Amino acid sequence: MEKFKTLNAIAAPLDLINIDTDMIIPKQFLKTIARTGLGRNLFDEMRYEQDGSEIADFVLNKEPYRSAEILIAGENFGCGSSREHAPWALLDFGIRCVIAPSFADIFFNNCFKNGILPIELPKADVDALMAASQNGANAKMTVDLEKQLITGPDGIEIAFDVDSFRKHCLIEGLDDIGLTLQKADKISAYEAKRDAQAWS
Amino acid sequence: MTNTTLYDKIWNAHLIDEQADGSCLIYIDRHLVHEVTSPQAFEGLRMTGRQVHAKNKTLALADHNIPTTDRTGGVHAIADLESRTQILKLEENCTEFGVPYIRMDDIRQGIVHVTGPEQGFTLPGLTIVCGDSHTSTHGAFGALAHGIGTSEVEHVLATQTLIQTKAKNFRINVVGTAPEYVTAKDIALAIIGEIGTAGGTGCVLEYAGPAIEALSMEGRMTLCNMSIEAGARAGLVAPDDKTFAYLKDRPLAPKGADWDAAVAYWQTLKSDDGAHFDREITIDASNLTPIVTWGTSPQDVVAITGKVPNPAHIEDTSRRQATERALAYMGLTADTPMQDVKIDRVFIGSCTNSRIEDLRVAAKIAEGRKVSPHVSAMVVPGSGLVKQQAEEEGLDQIFIKAGFEWREPGCSMCLAMNADKLEPGERCASTSNRNFEGRQGRGGRTHLVSPQMAAAAAIAGHFVDVRKMES
Repeated sequence: MEKFKTLNAIAAPLDLINIDTDMIIPKQFLKTIARTGLGRNLFDEMRYEQDGSEIADFVLNKEPYRSAEILIAGENFGCGSSREHAPWALLDFGIRCVIAPSFADIFFNNCFKNGILPIELPKADVDALMAASQNGANAKMTVDLEKQLITGPDGIEIAFDVDSFRKHCLIEGLDDIGLTLQKADKISAYEAKRDAQAWS
Repeated sequence: MTNTTLYDKIWNAHLIDEQADGSCLIYIDRHLVHEVTSPQAFEGLRMTGRQVHAKNKTLALADHNIPTTDRTGGVHAIADLESRTQILKLEENCTEFGVPYIRMDDIRQGIVHVTGPEQGFTLPGLTIVCGDSHTSTHGAFGALAHGIGTSEVEHVLATQTLIQTKAKNFRINVVGTAPEYVTAKDIALAIIGEIGTAGGTGCVLEYAGPAIEALSMEGRMTLCNMSIEAGARAGLVAPDDKTFAYLKDRPLAPKGADWDAAVAYWQTLKSDDGAHFDREITIDASNLTPIVTWGTSPQDVVAITGKVPNPAHIEDTSRRQATERALAYMGLTADTPMQDVKIDRVFIGSCTNSRIEDLRVAAKIAEGRKVSPHVSAMVVPGSGLVKQQAEEEGLDQIFIKAGFEWREPGCSMCLAMNADKLEPGERCASTSNRNFEGRQGRGGRTHLVSPQMAAAAAIAGHFVDVRKMES
C-alpha cells in the first residue's frame, strides 16, 4: 500500500448526497479479477453517454478536475454495496482523499485498506471547501495527514480527526494482515478454546 | 458484569485482543465467499505465500454472475466471457486453497445468503462475514453478520480474524401486529423511511418487539437483509424457538448432545433488561401499509395509497435537489398517485425475498390470474433447494400458468451482473433491496416492494394495493 503523508492536489466538487457505490463503479465493471484498470470507468454512468462519449458537464470531464486527487462530496458518501472496486476505481483514477460530511461504514473502512484517506468534516466546512474547489484554477488544496490539517485557497485552514491506528497504517503504508499475524499466538489460543464449544 | 446487549455479548465472546486506541481483533466463525469480491483476495494470498487459515469455516459458491436460464452446458457454456472467467477463477481458487465449494450444478447452489442459513452454516451467536453488504441477512439468527471489502476477505482468509472498532447499539422496537399484507419487507422499508439510509451508520441494529417475534425466519432474514440500506453494517434478532426449529437437522448444524448444549447457549443470547442502547426508536406495525419506493434511494418510501412527492414542498436544498434528480431519473411527475404508475417488468427474487415463504405468498396472488400483457415478469428462487421445494408444492406451475418466467437460482436482476437486466427507461416492481440509479441496468427504474405487491403489480400492470385485490 502506498504511504499517505501530505497531498497537494486539485480537489473536485461533486455536490450530491448519498453517492452510492453503484454510482462510483457500476456492476458491469465488477467482473474483473484484477484491482487495477477501473479508473476509466469511475462514475461511468454519470461520466459517459451510452455511446461512450464524455458528458461535458460532469466534473471529472472538466479542467482542471481531470487531474483531481481529492474529491469533495455530500453526506453518506459510499453507501450501498461493499464492493472494494469503488475505492479501487477512485485510486486508479488518482483520487487519494475524499472529503464529505459523512460516509457509509464499509466504504469508509475499505478506503483505508487502499491508501485512500476519507475525511469526515462538519457540513459547514465541507461547504466551504466545496465552494473553494468550484473555483477552477483555485481548486488546489493541501491535506497534511501528520498535522491533520487541510489548507485551502484564500487562507482556509480546517483541522480533521482520524483514528490513530488507521493514521499510523496510512502514514507507514502498513499491511493489516502482516500486523495481525504478529498476534498469531493469541489467535491460536482463542481458537483452541472456541473450537471446543459445541456451538462454534 | 453490567447488563449487556445481544451485540455486546457476541462481540465480547469474539474479542481476541484490544489495543489502547480501541482497535480490536475479532474472531470470525464463518466466511462465505463468492466470485465477485474474492479473486483479488486469493491473488493476494498467492502473492504473499499465505494459506487459508480455517478452510472448514469457509464456504464458497458463485451467485452474482451465474445465468438463471438453462445451465445444462455447465460453466463453460456461459456466454459472457467475463462472467465465465470469474466463476472459473473461483473454482480454481477453491481447489488450490482447499476451500469447500458448492458447484453451479449442485442442488444447494444459490444466493450465499439463502444457502448459508439453509445449510446450517449460519448459527446463532457466531460472527459471520462475506464480501457482500447483504451479509446482514444472517443477523436474523442472532449472529453478528456483516459485509466486508475484498482486503478484509483476504484478511479473514489468512487469519480468520478482522480488525474492528465496536459499533453503537441501536434498538428498533416494532410493536403492535402487522396487518394482513404488511410484510417484513414493508417493516424494513418503513424503518429505512423513518431513520434514512445513513440512520444506522456506525451502529448494529437490534430488532425487537412483538411484531418481530411474530415474523417467520424468512421474514426476519428479509428485515435483517435491509439493515445495510439503513446504513447499519449488521442487524440482529434474538434467537428463539422459531430459530431453533429452523436450524434443527440442517446439514451443518450441531447434532445430538452438541445440539442440546448449543440450544442451551443460544437461549442466553438476548439483551438483558436495562441494557444500554445508544439509540432506540419504536415503530407501531399496526399502522403500516404496503409500501413502494418512488425514488433512487431505499429511504424514498411511500404508502401504496400515497403519491409521488413534490420537491416544491421540500425546504432543505440538497434534499430538494436529490428529489428532483430522482424524479427526473425515475421519469415520474410530482403528486402522481403511486397506483397510476405503470410498470414494464417484475422481478421476484434476490437475497431479500427469494425464499420459499416469499414464493408462496407471491404465488397466492398469482394463482388463477394472468400477468398483464405489457409486463414481463420473472421469478428467481434463492437456491436450488428453494426451487425444488417450490416445484414440489406446485408453485412453479402457478407462476408459469400466470405468465411468469420460472428461473434457475442466483442474484439475477437484483444487480444485473448476469444477462437479467432492465433496458434504459424500463420500470420494474422488484422485491430486491436497492433502487439506486442503474442498479438493475443502465437507465432502469426500480421500485422496491414486497413479493405480494410485486405479484399484484405484475397482474395489474401498474402498482396496486394488494389489500384491495379481489380474491
